[in-house]
Amino acid sequence: MNRRAYHAAAIAAEIAVPVAILLAWQLWTVRAQDPKFPRLSTILVQFRELWLFSQFELHVVPSLTRIALGFGIALVAGVVIGIPIGLSRWGRIIAMPHIEWWRAMPPPALLPVSIVLLHSIGNRQKVSFIAFFCLFPILLNTIDGVRGIDPTMLDTARSYGVRRFERIRRIVLPAALPQIFAGMRTSLSLAVIMMVLTEYFSSTSGVGYVLLISKNTFQLAPMWAAIVLIGLLGYLLNLLLILIERRVLAWHRGWRTAAAQ
Amino acid sequence: MASRLADGGGAMSTPGGHLLEIQEVGKTYGSGAKATHAIGDVSFAVDDREFVCVVGPSGCGKTTLLKCVGGLLRPSRGRVLLRGTPVTSPPEQMALVFQEYGRSLMPWSSVRNNVLLPLRHKRLGRKVRSAMVEEALDAVGLTPFIDHYPWQLSGGMQQRVAIARALAYQPSILLMDEPFASVDAQTRGDLEDLVLRVRDEFEITILFVTHDIDESVYLSDRVVVLTHAPTEVKEIIDVHLPFPRDQIATKELPEFAHLRAHAYRLIKREQVEQEGDPVLAEAGREGA
Repeated sequence: MNRRAYHAAAIAAEIAVPVAILLAWQLWTVRAQDPKFPRLSTILVQFRELWLFSQFELHVVPSLTRIALGFGIALVAGVVIGIPIGLSRWGRIIAMPHIEWWRAMPPPALLPVSIVLLHSIGNRQKVSFIAFFCLFPILLNTIDGVRGIDPTMLDTARSYGVRRFERIRRIVLPAALPQIFAGMRTSLSLAVIMMVLTEYFSSTSGVGYVLLISKNTFQLAPMWAAIVLIGLLGYLLNLLLILIERRVLAWHRGWRTAAAQ
Repeated sequence: MASRLADGGGAMSTPGGHLLEIQEVGKTYGSGAKATHAIGDVSFAVDDREFVCVVGPSGCGKTTLLKCVGGLLRPSRGRVLLRGTPVTSPPEQMALVFQEYGRSLMPWSSVRNNVLLPLRHKRLGRKVRSAMVEEALDAVGLTPFIDHYPWQLSGGMQQRVAIARALAYQPSILLMDEPFASVDAQTRGDLEDLVLRVRDEFEITILFVTHDIDESVYLSDRVVVLTHAPTEVKEIIDVHLPFPRDQIATKELPEFAHLRAHAYRLIKREQVEQEGDPVLAEAGREGA
């Protein structure tokens, strides 16, 4: 099989199963006539009415903004806090128990207290909540990545008189980047979960809010449309991150391939 | 060529003094009953533009010694003087080349940026910096590979990148820690000749640690032979082989054979003292 045929077959195989499932759903729902399981065509119409075009700004944009802000804050904080902790033995001894404790906390347990403490059910509370739980995978991976740096690399830089800040910028950060990206992938899927959770719990806008309202009013079609959108958001955001990672970490793949030979 | 002399050259060395002095240096890890005496008491001096090799039985703390000289490790006793000034942190006039090129070159940076690393914080114009990088890479014959990543190159070429990086730093003294231990024999010979050539070209002093006795005699003006741990200087051998050295002609000289045999005997005696005669030990094992 040549390359092009191989790629075409691979894409077809990827699409085949979802298409089959959607087809089966449509055929089955048409027969069953169960209001709990609306037809695929109904869901798609609902999807367009709820999320696309003029409606996009109403609920999708707030949800995406919250994810972007929360994830962005977690990324910056995780890297900025993680590097010094990773570089210092004492930093790790002091910080690790706290990190492990908060990391083990189930997010819903902190949802009520976050509303009380922040006096808010608005963006502030949601963004903080998303950021808080997205922080830990990035933080832990940054610490791990920094610890894993070859001491020879740092010795080399030190012997060339490269100052601490420059060493962090030129060596520590790039060396830890593959691990940081691993943390980002975990955090991004957490961000989607936290977005739905906070919006479902208390909100006036967003995808999670629509989910709540349609449950309360027994509107099954919007509910399914929301589920489709949330799945799609998670999938596309992850895809975007993978594309960025491929560009930024192109050296890492080449290096690993070369090392394996 | 003037730029190469910017912070090197004999004019700056203290009159009558040595470029580098290692004075009664010792290194002990741990304390009490668990203390490991890696280096006992090592003293020797290196003069300007000299090529000094340090050899010794394996595990005698050669790397530790070199790290002490380079200011990366603080010796437990004694001191290291560079032009009469004690070394407490990595001095600007020294560059270090490690054995593990794969671990000292940055895989995320191109060859150009790897060589640029030690120049970034020097107060130089962009053009000057880039000219220095190109000059250093030209000296090791890697100009066509300037935009490659290190891992796209062979082991010998990667070590040449590491050497170019050290040269770009314009040190007056180059410390090399078994730099050719992980390349094949053919490449090793080429790299040895390359180091001899750039030493003349850049007018630098080289302190070269190796476990290869042939290599130490071939390269150096003097060979410092160390004992096993706790390390001391066993003997310093003067090498008066003619320059330029040649992989074939130099190694054919009776003088070369004599020096190498002498160094070999010294180190062998050390090993026998430490672990017993390997031949006898082998025989004993077979008898049991």
